[in-house]
Amino acid sequence: MVQLQPVPVTAGYIRPPMPRTLAGKIWDQHVVRSAPGEPDLLYIDLHLVHEVTSPQAFESLRLNGRRVRRPDLTVATVDHNNPTLGGYEAADEISRKQMDALRDNCEWAGIKLYGLGSRRQGIVHVIGPELGLTHPGKTIVCGDSHTSTHGAFGALAFGIGSSEVEHVLATQCLWQRRPRDLAVEVDGELPIGVTAKDLVLGLIAQVGIAAGSGSAVEYRGSTIRGLSMEGRMTVCNMSIEWGARVGMVGPDDKTFAFLEGRPNAPQGAEWEAALDRWRALASDPDAAFDEVLRLDASALEPFVTWGTNPGQAAPISGRVPEPGDETAERALRYMDLRPGTALQDIPLDRVFIGSCTNARLEDLRVAAAVVRGRRVHPRVRAMVVPGSATVKLAAEAEGLDRVFTEAGFEWRDAGCSMCLGMNNDVLAPGERCASTSNRNFEGRQGSGGRTHLVSPPMAAAAALAGHLVDVRDLTHLPPGEVVPERRGWGSGRPTPTLPGGEGVSG
Amino acid sequence: MKALRVHQGRMAPLDRDNVDTDQIIPKQFLRRVERSGFGPFLFYDWRREDPDFVLDRPQYRGASVLVAGVNFGCGSSREHAPWAIEDAGFRVVIAPSFADIFRSNCGKVGILALALPEGRVRQLMEVASEAPDTELTVDLEKQLVSAPGFECGFEVDPFTRECLLNGWDEVALTLRHQDAIAAYEEGRSSVQNGSTPPGSRLQSQHS
Repeated sequence: MVQLQPVPVTAGYIRPPMPRTLAGKIWDQHVVRSAPGEPDLLYIDLHLVHEVTSPQAFESLRLNGRRVRRPDLTVATVDHNNPTLGGYEAADEISRKQMDALRDNCEWAGIKLYGLGSRRQGIVHVIGPELGLTHPGKTIVCGDSHTSTHGAFGALAFGIGSSEVEHVLATQCLWQRRPRDLAVEVDGELPIGVTAKDLVLGLIAQVGIAAGSGSAVEYRGSTIRGLSMEGRMTVCNMSIEWGARVGMVGPDDKTFAFLEGRPNAPQGAEWEAALDRWRALASDPDAAFDEVLRLDASALEPFVTWGTNPGQAAPISGRVPEPGDETAERALRYMDLRPGTALQDIPLDRVFIGSCTNARLEDLRVAAAVVRGRRVHPRVRAMVVPGSATVKLAAEAEGLDRVFTEAGFEWRDAGCSMCLGMNNDVLAPGERCASTSNRNFEGRQGSGGRTHLVSPPMAAAAALAGHLVDVRDLTHLPPGEVVPERRGWGSGRPTPTLPGGEGVSG
Repeated sequence: MKALRVHQGRMAPLDRDNVDTDQIIPKQFLRRVERSGFGPFLFYDWRREDPDFVLDRPQYRGASVLVAGVNFGCGSSREHAPWAIEDAGFRVVIAPSFADIFRSNCGKVGILALALPEGRVRQLMEVASEAPDTELTVDLEKQLVSAPGFECGFEVDPFTRECLLNGWDEVALTLRHQDAIAAYEEGRSSVQNGSTPPGSRLQSQHS
């Protein structure tokens, strides 16, 4: 006879052993109030604030005589509109007003601010993990759609609007409907020269820019496990580009190794206790997802966008496609491209290596490995904008700044910079740019500017070639030094030896 | 927030899919620290490059219902987008689908982001193009959109609906639950000190 196991009974309530997803577990741990017909009132563990989406929120708080409930769970920095040359003094009056407002608001509320000049200042999604503020299992919000970046650590992180910023400042909570659970299973080995950026661009090209709407996405599978934390951040960062507010990866030893010893990571006995909690966060093996998408990483190539949304992308070996609809027709007109043109024949004026997607130390190392000993094409103006002051200092300590500047790149201070062009770093009308950022919308990098999204090594290679180019085939580039030892490509594997060393011409 | 119960107004057809918030309000206008005054910069780049841009045609002056294509409001979380739409005189945006953050932001600003089936949106687009004087009635109480010869019910998040109908300030609403928040915070700090396993507080709450 089969022995029936006793059913656990808690105060008269029989709890079914419901398998849960990672997102579901974190959600359940943060419900302050749940009532039929209402969204859940969700507690927020970490609120990141920057100068552009917060001034109206603080103003409204003051007008209503409200205070910031948990300044200790709130951290601010300046990133969106600050100059990347010349510091505060170089900013125009309106930008200064916005930065001043943030400083005053943080003083008023007692919020820690990493302002311009701080060694910790930087893009909000770069400094969160860097400072060890981003932990597995946390709920994290910010008035910025790329907040999903923090999901790489197994946090439930999502972008919010300014009214919600005000709401979190006042209550440390948000009303939220539970998202649907969507899994993206990525298996297979990333080919040489193919990065986390290509993985996510390839995914979006396949599923479309709205496929993730209403979902919390969990990226899973052997390829995701194989990615470095930086690579995982790149993938989670771009979740919003296919409509998902939340993108996450279950925490593992790589996650813990990244966080251990960082300023705001738990220490000593608290660290051990945190590890126990974090290890329990993985989705249960039989947890049900509402939808599962699959991607074969081994079939990917370096991707490049040809249109005006991140889903209008193709492998670099491809051609500008025939437009299938009005949206694509409009995109080709804006981009001034003709169907059938080989993507590698598209000439460039500018190259931007930066943004919360691809401006961490690993990204700069990989780009530098391509650049080392070579020269930027004379037609191209190229710039590197580190994701944070910390990244900048670390890169300089390794000599990466010299690799870039000797090649003809501009080496700037940290900030969002030309990802959205709120400061002086903008494209002129008609200029064409290969960019490691996340959006190729019309005018995003400057009114009339044209953006091609690529990975850091692809951007570096394009800067040298003067046109879009396959980084795996650098034989036609000017001579350069081969640097095989750098770890990178976003995959944690060694950077492959690049062709095109001394004496190669063409 | 201004309450919205029944809205009547003329439509402006913006027949484009995937309109992103960078188009709705370009970044150079995000440096203002005020909440108002964004209306003149709505679709700034499109208006500048096309003198015949739909919203500038005389027949759509004073329109208060914006009709658009799928995935409206994708991209950046900037609430400046619905601020600009509201400041330009719109109270309702109708599209087959919306990006999540934009839709949520609309609800906080007092704009109804209303998803209708694609075929119905197409019909409205045609009405707006051929008979721009047509008055559309959006009844949030009855959850019904109507115009002469057109009627369509709609679904809307019940919480957003309540907030819009009553013009509620969500923060004030939440502050009524201060005790629950404080209780949660108490449990939360003990979890972080390692004395309570995660989730246990919630499970007991559900029991």
